[in-house]
Amino acid sequence: MTTTPTTPAGPRTRAAADASAFRSPAFLLRTSWARTVVELTELSRSWDALVFNVFFPIIFLFIFGSVFDGDVAPGVSFTQYFTAGMAASGVLLVSFQSLAISIAVERDDGLLKRLEGTPMPPAAYFLGKVGLVVVTGVVQMAVLLTAAHLLFDVDLPAGPQQWWTLAWVTVLGAAAGTLLGIAYSSVPRTGRSANAVTAPVVLVLQFISGVFFVYSQLPGWMQDVAAVFPLKWMAEGFRAALLPESMAAAEPAGEWQLGLIALVLAGWTVLGLVLCRTTFRWRRRGDS
Amino acid sequence: MRVTDLHKHYGPKHAVDGISFEVPAGQVFALLGPNGAGKSTTVEVLEGYRARTSGQVSVLGADPGRPTPAWRARIGIVAQSTKDLSDLTVTEVVRQFATFYPHPRRPEAVIEQVGLADDARTRASALSGGRRRRLDVALGIIGDPELLFLDEPTTGFDPEARREFWALVQLLAADGTTILLTTHYLDEVEVLADALAVIDRGRIVATGTPATLGDRDRAPATVRWRDAGGTWRTELTGEPAALVGRLHAAGGEPDGLSVHRPTLEDAYLSLLTPAEVSR
Repeated sequence: MTTTPTTPAGPRTRAAADASAFRSPAFLLRTSWARTVVELTELSRSWDALVFNVFFPIIFLFIFGSVFDGDVAPGVSFTQYFTAGMAASGVLLVSFQSLAISIAVERDDGLLKRLEGTPMPPAAYFLGKVGLVVVTGVVQMAVLLTAAHLLFDVDLPAGPQQWWTLAWVTVLGAAAGTLLGIAYSSVPRTGRSANAVTAPVVLVLQFISGVFFVYSQLPGWMQDVAAVFPLKWMAEGFRAALLPESMAAAEPAGEWQLGLIALVLAGWTVLGLVLCRTTFRWRRRGDS
Repeated sequence: MRVTDLHKHYGPKHAVDGISFEVPAGQVFALLGPNGAGKSTTVEVLEGYRARTSGQVSVLGADPGRPTPAWRARIGIVAQSTKDLSDLTVTEVVRQFATFYPHPRRPEAVIEQVGLADDARTRASALSGGRRRRLDVALGIIGDPELLFLDEPTTGFDPEARREFWALVQLLAADGTTILLTTHYLDEVEVLADALAVIDRGRIVATGTPATLGDRDRAPATVRWRDAGGTWRTELTGEPAALVGRLHAAGGEPDGLSVHRPTLEDAYLSLLTPAEVSR
């Protein structure tokens, strides 16, 4: 080879950008927005994530609603009960399952390491995930309730109080699911195993937490196990929002335990935050 | 960039075992060495990814052991083979990364510069290996860095893609960007590098320029020709021109004449092989 290196135009030097510029709220907002847009774009092109995380509850509502047309109590259809369970599952899917899998994959394929090498604030990555959860959660809940109402005559929350319950259970459940999903993303050893290691967790919780079966009819030990995890409490919260007041008596506790629901979900949120702060890694195992 | 007595140990394994070198601003510097020699570990320390065990390191006047966003904004990283970003188009990826920098280059201009204008709307997952690497470079330079790290940028390229890639690197170098290149391709070093260091087993075994590595510019040359009887003759000499002159004076134009100095590859391989084995 005889190519002569081109004569440099003189070294590039530039006054370093003011360090405070990287801590400004405007910079965080701009980068978080860019990440949110990217998250939503990627989701819109990923059929498996759309089906298994976002539309799963709607698909299952359609199947179960079409197969079972009985009542769990006089005037309360199985589909009404099941809608509450699917709402709870949906929140957990778009937060916990979606983030645990996507972050595990992004860590394994090197995206996190690439982002770490840029001036992007780390918070922007997480706020992008939060943006994804908010948008998918709202869309999913709206489609689920609309479909349940129009196709299966499911009653919407009866009044402002029930709508308020629906809102705070969604927000608190999604917050816990988001933080626990970020933390759980460190459990799968590779991106390839992320799906297999994550999906069964949510599936088993659905069976024992009163989503597929009526909670009060489950064996006592199963209820006790489920009561440790957030999904049981989210499902109970959504039943409080969607079922008539008379159904409260059919709960094992004989009432909607709204205070306890808030407390348990807040507790899981705090635990998730602690786990994230202590265990989150930007790189694959063994890369340090 | 200045590195003094850098060590990186993993338990008893000394991946980097006392490395020192200096790269002046505006230079293209190549780190050359076999797989597992410690090239990438060294580069990842300089990029702010890895903590070092000991030694002094200064990159753009700062310690990469404590990377700040302002420092990160001045460097660009093209890491070894990547597989992320698959569902996004080239334009979407480059635009996203532009938002991370205070003074980014124009995304469309960068896409054009790395030669991906035709693929601006192609998803990263659909790019060929060589074009995928150009996207990595686009993300490395979108922040308009003063210093660019290229870690084995052309591994797996076909010859034509490598030539095109070299032209791109030369363009960046001509623009004044300091470049730290790691590679195990000698022709790449010969074309691109102003200076180089050879790493073997965590240590630097030689430094120089591609023309002078291992004193190959002053090493004896091998002169080969066919004598009047048709026999091949080979002579190792420090004065090849004098030898050729004598041959010409004795019998005119010698048959099959060649004069051969050690290539960069010869010099490189002789550096890696332990002296007692090569004798």
